[in-house]
Amino acid sequence: MIASAFKRAKALPLSGKVGLALVIFWLAVALFGPMLAPYPVGAFVAYEVFDGQSAKHWLGSDYLGRDVLSRLLSGARYTVGLAAAAALLASSTGTALALTAAVGGTKVDEPLSRFMDMLISIPSKIFSLVLVAAFGSSLGLLLLIAAFTYVPGNYRIARALAVNLAQMDYVQVARARGEGRFHIAIAEILPNMIHPLLADFGLRFVFIVLLLSGLSFLGLGVQPPDADLGSLVRENISGLGEGALAILAPAVAIATLTVGVNLLIDAIGFSGKGKGR
Amino acid sequence: MSEAPHVEVKSLTVTARNAAGEMFPIVSDIDFSLRRGEVLALIGESGSGKTTIALTLLGHARPGATISGGSIRVGDAELTKLDRSALAQLRGNRIAYIAQSAASAFNPSRTIMDQVIEPALIHDLMPRAQAEAKAVELFRALALPFPDQIGARYPHQLSGGQLQRLMAAMALITDPELVILDEPTTALDVTTQIEVLRAFKAVVLERGATAIYVSHDLAVVAQMADQIVVLSQGRIREAGAAAQILHAPADDYTRTLMAAAHPAIRPAPEKIALSAAPLLEIRGLTAGYGKIGKDGRPRIPVLRDINLTIERGATLGVIGESGSGKSTIARVIAGLLPPASGQVLLDGEVLPPGLQGRSRDQFRRVQLVFQNADTALNPAHSVGRILARPLAFYHDLKGNAARMRVLELLDLIRLPATLIDRSIGGLSGGQKQRINLARALAADPQLILCDEVTSALDTVVGAAILELMAELRRELGIATMFISHDISTVRAICDDILVLYSGTMVETGPRAAFGVAPFHPYTDLLIGSVPEMRAGWLEESHAGAAPPPIGGTGDHPDLCRFLPRCAARVDGLCNTTPPPRRPLAKGSQILCHHGDESLIPS
Repeated sequence: MIASAFKRAKALPLSGKVGLALVIFWLAVALFGPMLAPYPVGAFVAYEVFDGQSAKHWLGSDYLGRDVLSRLLSGARYTVGLAAAAALLASSTGTALALTAAVGGTKVDEPLSRFMDMLISIPSKIFSLVLVAAFGSSLGLLLLIAAFTYVPGNYRIARALAVNLAQMDYVQVARARGEGRFHIAIAEILPNMIHPLLADFGLRFVFIVLLLSGLSFLGLGVQPPDADLGSLVRENISGLGEGALAILAPAVAIATLTVGVNLLIDAIGFSGKGKGR
Repeated sequence: MSEAPHVEVKSLTVTARNAAGEMFPIVSDIDFSLRRGEVLALIGESGSGKTTIALTLLGHARPGATISGGSIRVGDAELTKLDRSALAQLRGNRIAYIAQSAASAFNPSRTIMDQVIEPALIHDLMPRAQAEAKAVELFRALALPFPDQIGARYPHQLSGGQLQRLMAAMALITDPELVILDEPTTALDVTTQIEVLRAFKAVVLERGATAIYVSHDLAVVAQMADQIVVLSQGRIREAGAAAQILHAPADDYTRTLMAAAHPAIRPAPEKIALSAAPLLEIRGLTAGYGKIGKDGRPRIPVLRDINLTIERGATLGVIGESGSGKSTIARVIAGLLPPASGQVLLDGEVLPPGLQGRSRDQFRRVQLVFQNADTALNPAHSVGRILARPLAFYHDLKGNAARMRVLELLDLIRLPATLIDRSIGGLSGGQKQRINLARALAADPQLILCDEVTSALDTVVGAAILELMAELRRELGIATMFISHDISTVRAICDDILVLYSGTMVETGPRAAFGVAPFHPYTDLLIGSVPEMRAGWLEESHAGAAPPPIGGTGDHPDLCRFLPRCAARVDGLCNTTPPPRRPLAKGSQILCHHGDESLIPS
């Protein structure tokens, strides 16, 4: 199992290996980061704000004089965990509904698609504001909001793919064989839409990172003194003029995380295509 | 040697890079030459390198391939020595190319005229007005309808045959010295092909252009070519004058090609003692798309009043051109399209119209085999998984027993057992079609609906599939409905034949009845349009002659559908009264006002 995973990783093109390395790195940070952090998350440890790099503070200090590295190490957990869970939830829900629509015929497809069109027209920020205002901010709620917001987008893409695939001859053959809808959706259609769906997953992941960052900026996301990567960027925005590490470090972190995820997904899809799986 | 050849290709080699990154030749040692005004045909199966060679005459190699050796001379230009801009000067100007699928070669958002005169404008050969006048002249020469107005239309408003001729007009507008025709009629119905061939031949002769005609069809080439080059796997097998190749082929491979083009007539097997009900019976079937109106017809009717029976172990051939509704019959029987009215009976039992309500056993007994194995097999599944699914679904075979049966099936269709774990992507067209067939056999069916199963294949590969089907039929006693556009194939393998025109049955009868005249006028046109493998056939054939003039037709929905194209139509009868179904002495039934005595003997 591990050996075959290693073999597959070796077969990846260079960009895929870079992506894989970045993803593994950020997963490790998400898992072990808080243990490695040199200072507590909310402690004011530096005398100067927006301090540069030093032996004491590897990534300098932030706008309140807190250690950026410590905040980064503990913030990554929220971003990676929350965004990945929400993207997974959004993609699987959207795809499941899309498959239902594709094999269910017009009677299922039409109401479902129009309902999704309605959802897509709700501005995500306002929607989140209302929910957070009503229920108070919690990680579980943030996860649900992020997932719910991106279900319609994923549904649209997945439905477009599935409806096209449902017209393919092999699906017609399966229907004429008497196969049930569930088998057609899972065995005949789904395997052929995995690659574009993975690409879509990468995109959703990035969107959700941004949505969570936006919410954090408004004070509705991850609550201080904890912070996710997005809120680290936002809270240190005043240091941008000075080119402070406090804002560059989390920005680079978001970039490497999202780019890594997308590189890996593209590479998996590409090497998979050659094998016809 | 009175004059130097116009086009000369010497020891041409084209190489490409394979998956491992090594260079290997895709065509090698190609030599031929032709004099001004001659037509040379490149014949071969797919993968023989014929299109690759044709493209090198434009100085072009497909992405990944390079012209790595030899010389290509057209007139005074040595194409291998020219740079990009010099080649661009030649292409579409002195050398023109006509592609296989005109429907995808035209830009759908621009008018025909804009596209036809484009080469002349790009090369600055003449002012726009002159180019348009010349285009109209070419439209007339190519026998296109409404030559003065057709230029204002868009590609989607025209038929495939018309587009193919318009593409010829586009190629000829610059008066090229060399025209390359790459399978220009392969995608067309035979009845359209004959018109297009006539137009091509007239125009090429009249303009004295040198032409290279790429095709897999020897009979078509026989009409066009002075010289023939037979290719196989990137090498020349035989080259020579057309008459010699056609009548006295020296090479074994050429003989194989010739044999495959003439399917052997297979004797009908002994009829099994008839039980009470035929295996399949269709009664008064009408089907189509869209809402069903008050008169019981769908908004877009495809099939009208179809009646047919297939006995156990028998083969019924259904012929018609594209759009005739022949595939729709198979879809209705399989339950994919519920009919508007009429019944489908399997073994005397009425089948539920749609998929719902059919029992698993009813599904099992009727299996559908699609034309295009590339799309009919799920690319995400392996060969083993594709064949194992019907076994698990119908026969509850799992694990080792299923695997044994899959191996048996692979053996039955003459494929090696090692293919079992391969994915579909790595198989050849013929192998895929065999798997496609094997999947149907895995169900252990009584009736297989074969929709154009050999159309997408090379002649030799197609002949092998037909051979296999005949064998399976003998061994397993499975009845077949064989849908095809190719009357010679159908006549060779089917016991009964049904000719479909625009969704109506115009002639039905046993195979023997399709060997002797008289025929229904449409059957006559179909049979007369199949090219014969001899020069001069195109000039002699009367098929596709202009129909006699006729008065206006009422909007009676049951009038003869073939009326607009019929060469035997009668004014005052055909355009006022629906045709009756009447028997002919030879044993077939036709839908026509004419009887034995008044039909044109052919």
